[in-house]
Amino acid sequence: MARLVRLDHSGHTELAEWSAGDRLSYERAAELFQDQLGVGYMGVAKLADDSYEQVKELPADVDLVMLRRPIAGG
Amino acid sequence: MPEAVEFRPRTPLPERQDVWWRRPLDESGLRLRERVSAAYTAVYCTPLIAAGVILLALEPLLVPVALVSWLHAWVIPELFAHRGARVVKPLPARAGDGGGPERAARGFLADLLGHRERELQATSGLALARAGLGVWLVGEAGALLVRPGGQRVHCFCARATDPALPRSDRIAHLLLALRQDEVGFATVANHAFAGASWRVRRRLELVQRPALAAARELSRL
Repeated sequence: MARLVRLDHSGHTELAEWSAGDRLSYERAAELFQDQLGVGYMGVAKLADDSYEQVKELPADVDLVMLRRPIAGG
Repeated sequence: MPEAVEFRPRTPLPERQDVWWRRPLDESGLRLRERVSAAYTAVYCTPLIAAGVILLALEPLLVPVALVSWLHAWVIPELFAHRGARVVKPLPARAGDGGGPERAARGFLADLLGHRERELQATSGLALARAGLGVWLVGEAGALLVRPGGQRVHCFCARATDPALPRSDRIAHLLLALRQDEVGFATVANHAFAGASWRVRRRLELVQRPALAAARELSRL
């Protein structure tokens, strides 16, 4: 199962899970993902080769997508 | 089966748009900063060293004044290094530190790190990450970049914009941004210092020094 995780005040919150073969669970996760982008979170997908990519749509074929806040110079 | 979403590899960090006037801080940009920093130190210190020598040549009884002049020449680079090392100083304690959210965040951060890096982070508070520009040590409010060879260190000030995040989540935010786009991360962060790693080492907390030693070792490989 792939997971959508938000880094937040509680440490982290698992918002949704989906599997590549289950369209309904994916669509629900994708909707939640878009909601979170709308309130200022940024999506980061962990790819199979252990690299990380910014995503604006929920990819179906990864194991982990994280939602983080923006960073800035201190 | 859901449709595959197309990836755009090496997507720049979106935060770069907030600092659109900055040139990307890449390999050549870092080298330039190293040269400027060395020149800046020389401009400050050479006159002070020379003044001490001239005073002694004119009048040996002026030894105390010459010593003060040389002391200034020593202290100025130390102050620069102090400002740099401060970027990885742990943030002041807050109510709720060490509670459930921090434990959860620590577990998540550990998942982002390898076994050795996880142990190092637990003891030093700094997350080690090797990347194209060198070896990074990421703290709560900034990061150190140990350049290949381990002799030079750059200090960057950066933070997650949500001040209420648990400590480990702050590190995870910076680590994720760094792994997404290293040059973008260096560009967005404020550059605080570039100089000799031994100077920075002396200004780190005792528990952080093994992390710098590990980063230097890795940067030599």
